[in-house]
Amino acid sequence: MRISCPYCGERSLDEYLYIGDATVTRPDPAGANAQADFYKYAYERTNPAGAHKELWYHSAGCHAWLVVERDTRTHEISSVETAKDVALKRNVAKGGA
Amino acid sequence: MLIDHYSIWNVLRQSLKGHTGWKPAWREPEPKAEYDVVIIGGGGHGLATAYYLAKRYGITNVAVVEKGWIGSGNVGRNTTIVRSNYMLPGNIPFYELALQLWEGLEKDLNYNAMVSQRGILNLYHSDGQRDAYARRGNAMRLHGVDAELLDESQVQSMYPWFDYDNARFPIKGGLIQRRGGTVRHDAVAWGYARAADRLGVDIIQNAEVTAIRIENGRATGIETKRGFIRAKKLALSVAGNSSRVAAMAGLKLPIESHVLQAFVSEGIKPFIDGVVTFGAGHFYISQSDKGGLVFGGDLDGYNSYAQRGNLPVVEDVLEGGMALMPRIGRVRLLRSWGGIMDMSMDGSPIIDKTPIDSLYLNAGWCYGGFKATPAAGLTFAHLIARDEPHDTARAYRLDRFATGRMIDEKGMGNQPNLH
Amino acid sequence: MSASQTNRITGKGLIDRRKPLRFTFDGKSYDGFQGDTLASALLANGVVLTGRSFKYHRARGILSAGSEEPNAIVELRAGARREPNTRATMIELFPGLEAHSQNRWPSLKYDVLSINSLLSPVFVAGFYYKTFMWPSAMWEKLYEPMIRRAAGLGRASDEADPDTYDKSNAFCDVLVVGGGAAGLMAALTAGRAGARVIVCDEHFDLGGRLLSETQLVDGKPAHDWVRAAVAELRAMPEVQILTRTSVFGAYDTGTFAAVERVADHLPKPGVHQPRQRLWRIIAKQCVLAAGATERPIVFGNNDLPGVMLASAVRTYINRFGVMPGKTAVIFANNDEAATTARDLATVGVRVAAIVDSRPQPSAAVRDAAKTTGARLVSGVVADAKGRIAVKGARIVPAAGEAFDVSCDLIAVSGGYNPNVQLTTHQNGRPQWNETLAAFLPGSSPKGMTVVGSAKGTFSLPDCLAEGAQAGAAAATAAGFSAHVPQVPKAEAESYGVVPMWRVKEAKHKAFVDFQNDVAASDIDLAEREGYRSVEHVKRYTTLGMATDQGKTANVNGLAILAALTGKSIPETGITSARPPYSPVSIGALAGHHRGKEFKATRLPPSYYWAKEQGAVMVEAGLWMRPQYFPRAGETDWLETVTREVKTTRSAAGICDVSTLGKIEIQGADAGTFLDRVYINMFSTLGVGKARYGMMLREDGIVLDDGTTARFAQDRFFMTTTTVNAVKVMQHLEFCHQWHWPELDVQMASATDQWAQYSVAGPRSRELLAKLVDAPFDISNEGFPYMAVAEITVCNGIRARIYRLSFSGELAYEIGVPARYGDSLIRALMAAGQEFGALCYGTEALGVMRIEKGHVGGPEINGTTTAADLGLGKMASTKKDFIGRVLAGREGLKDPSRPALVGFRPVDRSARLRSGSHLLPKDAGNFASNDQGYLTSVAYSPMNGHWVGLGLLSNAASRMGEIVRAYDPVRNGDTLVEVVSPVFFDPEGERLRV
Repeated sequence: MRISCPYCGERSLDEYLYIGDATVTRPDPAGANAQADFYKYAYERTNPAGAHKELWYHSAGCHAWLVVERDTRTHEISSVETAKDVALKRNVAKGGA
Repeated sequence: MLIDHYSIWNVLRQSLKGHTGWKPAWREPEPKAEYDVVIIGGGGHGLATAYYLAKRYGITNVAVVEKGWIGSGNVGRNTTIVRSNYMLPGNIPFYELALQLWEGLEKDLNYNAMVSQRGILNLYHSDGQRDAYARRGNAMRLHGVDAELLDESQVQSMYPWFDYDNARFPIKGGLIQRRGGTVRHDAVAWGYARAADRLGVDIIQNAEVTAIRIENGRATGIETKRGFIRAKKLALSVAGNSSRVAAMAGLKLPIESHVLQAFVSEGIKPFIDGVVTFGAGHFYISQSDKGGLVFGGDLDGYNSYAQRGNLPVVEDVLEGGMALMPRIGRVRLLRSWGGIMDMSMDGSPIIDKTPIDSLYLNAGWCYGGFKATPAAGLTFAHLIARDEPHDTARAYRLDRFATGRMIDEKGMGNQPNLH
Repeated sequence: MSASQTNRITGKGLIDRRKPLRFTFDGKSYDGFQGDTLASALLANGVVLTGRSFKYHRARGILSAGSEEPNAIVELRAGARREPNTRATMIELFPGLEAHSQNRWPSLKYDVLSINSLLSPVFVAGFYYKTFMWPSAMWEKLYEPMIRRAAGLGRASDEADPDTYDKSNAFCDVLVVGGGAAGLMAALTAGRAGARVIVCDEHFDLGGRLLSETQLVDGKPAHDWVRAAVAELRAMPEVQILTRTSVFGAYDTGTFAAVERVADHLPKPGVHQPRQRLWRIIAKQCVLAAGATERPIVFGNNDLPGVMLASAVRTYINRFGVMPGKTAVIFANNDEAATTARDLATVGVRVAAIVDSRPQPSAAVRDAAKTTGARLVSGVVADAKGRIAVKGARIVPAAGEAFDVSCDLIAVSGGYNPNVQLTTHQNGRPQWNETLAAFLPGSSPKGMTVVGSAKGTFSLPDCLAEGAQAGAAAATAAGFSAHVPQVPKAEAESYGVVPMWRVKEAKHKAFVDFQNDVAASDIDLAEREGYRSVEHVKRYTTLGMATDQGKTANVNGLAILAALTGKSIPETGITSARPPYSPVSIGALAGHHRGKEFKATRLPPSYYWAKEQGAVMVEAGLWMRPQYFPRAGETDWLETVTREVKTTRSAAGICDVSTLGKIEIQGADAGTFLDRVYINMFSTLGVGKARYGMMLREDGIVLDDGTTARFAQDRFFMTTTTVNAVKVMQHLEFCHQWHWPELDVQMASATDQWAQYSVAGPRSRELLAKLVDAPFDISNEGFPYMAVAEITVCNGIRARIYRLSFSGELAYEIGVPARYGDSLIRALMAAGQEFGALCYGTEALGVMRIEKGHVGGPEINGTTTAADLGLGKMASTKKDFIGRVLAGREGLKDPSRPALVGFRPVDRSARLRSGSHLLPKDAGNFASNDQGYLTSVAYSPMNGHWVGLGLLSNAASRMGEIVRAYDPVRNGDTLVEVVSPVFFDPEGERLRV
C-alpha cells in the first residue's frame, strides 16, 4: 500500500504509522458528561467495512499527521489531507477555537 | 447402519469396505422456526459454545448459524498455538481453563484434533525482558500454571542452532511453558461441530445474518439468507465481523478490525520441536506435523476487512526469522494469508451480556481467540445458560473501559494495533 | 553428444552442445548441456524415477517442465547450501550440480516406507482425526513422534545460510509479467512508446511456450522471432529485462513483489554477488501474461513415472532435444493431442495410440493420428500400468472392450488452467468459462490487464494481438503516446476442449494432488462424511497444500467435488490463491536483515571512547550503550558497578545520556502547549529554569517523564526517556496537528543533534568549572539547582548546561553539538582526573536511580497512573491536560491499586529480584494472595544491601510491614520490609549544595 503525502508525494506503507479513526475528536474536557464523552472518544469505534477516515503519521518522512480516507475492504485510498487542515476546518465549523 | 464412533478398529474395519460406512460428521438440517439459543457464527467459539450448552448445561435446542462454511474464520486461518502463559489475573485462570480443556479434548469429542504439548518458549534478550518474563512466570505459578525461566545454556541445549554468536540482540534465555503447544486448527471446528450435532444442535451453513430483530429492547431473532429464525436467546460469536453484526443491534463496540498475516513454508523434515517466540523482533514459529514451518509476526497495523496484508510486514516477519534461525534461509515460504483480528481496546476479550436483553456477546479476541476456544465456548455457554458470568471470565466485561478496569497485558492503552 | 545421454535427440533443442556439464543425482554422475534443466538432463539420461510421494512413498517421475511440478522435487546442493524441495524442472544445470532424491530410505528405488502404499486403504483422508486418541498420553510420546518422523519431504540445511540476499526497489510505467508471446508483444509495444518497462519471467530465457513449440512466427521458427524481440527490448534504454524472476505477489497500490534468482544457476554466487534479490516493483500499469498450466486427467495410477503432461513432452522434445519415451500413448480431451503426436513422431517416438476422451475426436486429431500412424481411440486411458514406471496403458474405448497397450510414456492433457493467481491476490474472483472449461480472470487489481493464455486466449495470433493492444493501452494509461503495431503473422491453432476430469473406469488409485497423495477416492470420502464445501475438502484431504500449491490439482479436485455434489463448478466455488505465486526462499524476503545487521545500531557519542576504556556494551533499544567500565582485578559486574556508584557519590561520575530523547519546542504558545501535554504547569516556568514533568496518554496512564527547560519565553527544550523518544515526538505532533492546530508552536527532534553528559557528584562543579568559559558563573548562587543556561565550553564551543540530577547528587547535564561529543568526553575525563572522576554506565545509572526512588521504564510500564507512582499530586487542578478526564475513572482511582513503595530484605544479606511477586507474610502461594511485584531492584552500595522498588496494593498504609517477595521461577522466597522508595538522602540535601 502506498499513501500520497501532500508534502512528500506517494510513499510506501513502511514510512507511515497508523493510529486509527479520524471521525472521533477530543471532546470538551469541561463538558457536563466529560468522562462519558471521553470514554466514547477513546474506546468506541464504528469500525466500518467500507470507507474509513483514519489518521496516519508520516513518521519516516515529514512528520505530518494525515487524514486518509481508505476502504477497509479493498485498501483503496480515495483522499489524503493533512490532519492540521482538517482540524482547522473543524475548528472553523465549531466557530473557532 | 452407519458407523459413528471413531477408533482405530473402526478405521481398520472400514478400510476393508472402502470407508463407505462412516456417518457424516454433521447433518445439514433445515433451520427450525425457533430455538432456545441461536448462536451467530460457526467458528470455533460458536461451535464450542453450542457443544457446551448441550453437554454441560443441557440446552440442546440450539442452532449455530454460519454465513459460509463452518470454520471459515479465524479457527481456519490461525497459527495453531495453544498456551496459558499470560500475566494478569483476569487472564491466567481463563486461558488455563482453556488449556485443561484442550488436554481432554479428543476424549471429550471422540475427534483427534492433535493437541500437541511440545512446549512454548518465549526468548528474552535483556535483563529487563528477563525480569518481565519472571514476573509473568511467577504469576502463572501462583495460579498453579507451569512456567520455567531458562538461561541461555538451557535454551542452547534445546535449540543449539539459533543464532547465538552473531546476533544483534543476543539470546539470554527464555520462559517456557511445557504444556503449551499446537492443535490442528480445522479439526477443532470439525470436532466441536460433530459432537454438538450428535447432541442435537443444528448447524446451519450458508445462512448469512442480514438483520437482528429487536422488540421492546429484547433480541428476538435473526433474519438470514435462509429466512427468519426466532431465538429465545441470541449469542454473537462472530470474530472478524463483531462490529458489523453488533451494529445490526445498534451497538458500537470498543473494537477495531485489523489484519494479521500468517505464513507457512514448504514441508521439510521436522527440526523445530516446540513453539518459539523471538523476543527481539516480530516472529514466532512452530513446525506442523506435516513439516511446514508455521509462523507469523505483527499486525499490519491498519483497519482492514480484506483478509490480506502488505509486503512490509512480510519482510519484517521473515527478517525476524532469519535473525533467529539463519539455517532457514533456503527453506521456502509456501503461502501467506491474512485474518481479521477483532482487536479490543486493551488487548483482552469481551464475554458479557449487552445492553439489549437476551443478546450476548463474545468478541474482541485480538489474536488470542484460537487458544481460548474451549474456554470461550464453555464460559460463554455458562453466561447464556445462567445469565451470569463464569468465574474465570468475570473480568471480560463490556463496561470495563468506561470504569477504567482494563486488562492490558502489553500496557499499550487504547491503541488496538499495538496490542 | 555424450554417450550416456541415450535419450538426447540429434540436432534438436536450444541447449548449447558445446558446453557439456557433469552433475550427480543420488551420487551417480551424468552429463547434460548448458541450457538444460535438471529434469531435462535426467530425462536425457533415461532417469525417470525422481522422487517418492509424501504419504504413500509412491514412485514419482517428472510430470511437467515448469514451476507447477509436483513430483520431481529434490534436495539441491549439500551442506550449508542444501535446498530442500527444489523443483528439478526449474533447476538450471550447472557444472558439478549435486542433487538427491527425498523422502526415501534406504534408496529411491527400494524405499522401505513404500509399504505405506499397501496400507493406503487405512491411511485415507482424515485418518488421523479418527485415531491415535487412546491412550491420550501416548500422543506426545509415541504417535506424534512417529508421524513427525515421517513428515516433510526434504531436509533444511543444518547450518546458517552462507549466501547473501539483496533487496531492490524499482519503479516503472508498465510491468510485464511473463515473457511469452503475449508478454513480449506487450513489452515491445510499451517500450517503443518510451515507457519504462520491466519484463519479468520465471524461466532463464524469455519466450515462454514459443521456445517449446514448432510454430512459425512471420514464417520463421518462433524462437528466432523471440531472439529478435529480445534484442530489440535490450536495445531500449528504458526497458529492463529480469529473467529467472518470479513475480510472486500483487500488493496494494501497484506494488509487486518479485524474486530474482541471481546466482542459483551457478555453483555458488560470485564474490559480492547475492544469491537472490527481492524486487519491490512499483508499477503504474501491469500486463499479466503469465501463461497457463496444463491439467492432468485423473485416471488410475496416473502418478507413475512416465505419465507426463503433453505440453511438457513437447518442451522436452523441442526445447531440450530430449526424447521422454520410446513408445507413447496420448490421452487428451483437446487438440493438444494432435500437436503432441506430431512432435513425438517427428523425433522418432512411436505413438502407439491417441486416446481422445471427447465424444467425437476432432479433425485435427484424426489427421494427426493418420500422419503419425497412431491408433485413434475414442475413449479413455483408465489405468497406467507398471510398478515404478509406465509399462503400458489400459484403454477403455467409448464402445468396445478395454485393451492394454504397451508404452513407456503417457502424454496427458486435460486442458489448460490460465495462471490467474496474481489477479486474485487482492481478492479478485476468477470466473468460470464453460466453453474453455477453465477459470478466467475476474476482477483484477487496479491497473492490471491480463492477456494471452493467462486470459484464456490459447491461439498464438490472438496472444500476439492481445499483447500488443495491452502494451499500447498500458503505455497510454501511464501517459505515453502509444499505438498498436502490426503484429507478426502466425497460424491459429484449434483447442476444442471438452471436460474430462475423472476416469470412472479406473481400477487403481487415481491421484488428484500428486505430492500430497490425495486420490479421487479421498474426495469421495470427504464428501460422504459431510465435508462438502471446497474449503472443507481441501483442508480435510490436504488437496492443494503441497509445495506445488495445487497448480495441477485444484481445479481437478473442484470439478470432481462438483460432480459429487451435483452442483456446477462455479457454484462449488474456487480456492483463492495467496502470495507467493510460487515458493520464495525465506532468505530473499529477509535480505540483509540478519545477524548483526538485523536492525540498525545507534552509537552514542562516547561510544568509541568507551570502547577504548574496555567498557562492556549493552543493547538499549537500537542503541549500544556502555553498561559498566570494568577495571583490572575486578571479579564481577557488581564489584565494578559498586565502585562506579561509590566514586560518583564521593567524587564525580560522568555518564553519556545522549540517548535521551530531545525535542526543541518553540513558538508563542509553546508554554500553553506544554501545559496541555504535561500534567503539571510549564507556562509558569521561568526562563533559565527546568522542571520535571510527567505526561499521560489520553487514557490516563503515564506515557513518559523527563525534564523540560526554558531558554526563552518562546523556546523550550524537552527531554524524554530513551525508550519513548520517538513515541513522545509522535504524540506531541499529534496533539498539535490534530487537537490544537491553532496554537503557535513548532517542534523538532534534536536527539541526534546534541551529545549530552551527566556530570554528577560532590566534585562535579569543580570539574565543570575547568571547562566552562568565562564569564559563566557556575557557583551554587550563580547557577542554582534546576537552572539552565546556554554557554560556551572549552574555548568557544556552544553548549547547554542544566543543573539536573538523576543520581541525587550535585549534578549537571552538559550538552554540545553532537560532533563535539567525543572531544567533550575526553575533555571531561581529563578535567576530572584530579578529582578522581570516572565514567559510569547504565548499570550504575540504574542503581543510583533506584537508591533515589526515581521511576524508570519498569515502573512507567503502560499500566500505571501518576498516582500509582506516587506522583499524583504533581497534576495541576487548574487546567486540563491529556489524560486528565479518563484518569478520573473509578477503576484508576481505586485505592487498592498497587502503588509504588520501597522494599528492603529483612535479612540484609538477601538478594532481591525484579519480577518477584509480593504476598502477605504468612499467606500461601496462591493467586488470591498476589498483591503486587518488585519492579526494579539493585544492590545499594550506599546502604550495603539490596533495595527494591515495587508496586503493592494499599501501599500507603503498609509502611513497615513484612511481606514475601516470591520468585518461584528462580527459586526465590525472601521476606522484605515495606519502606519509603527513597533509600538515599531522602531530604535531597546533596543536590542543592
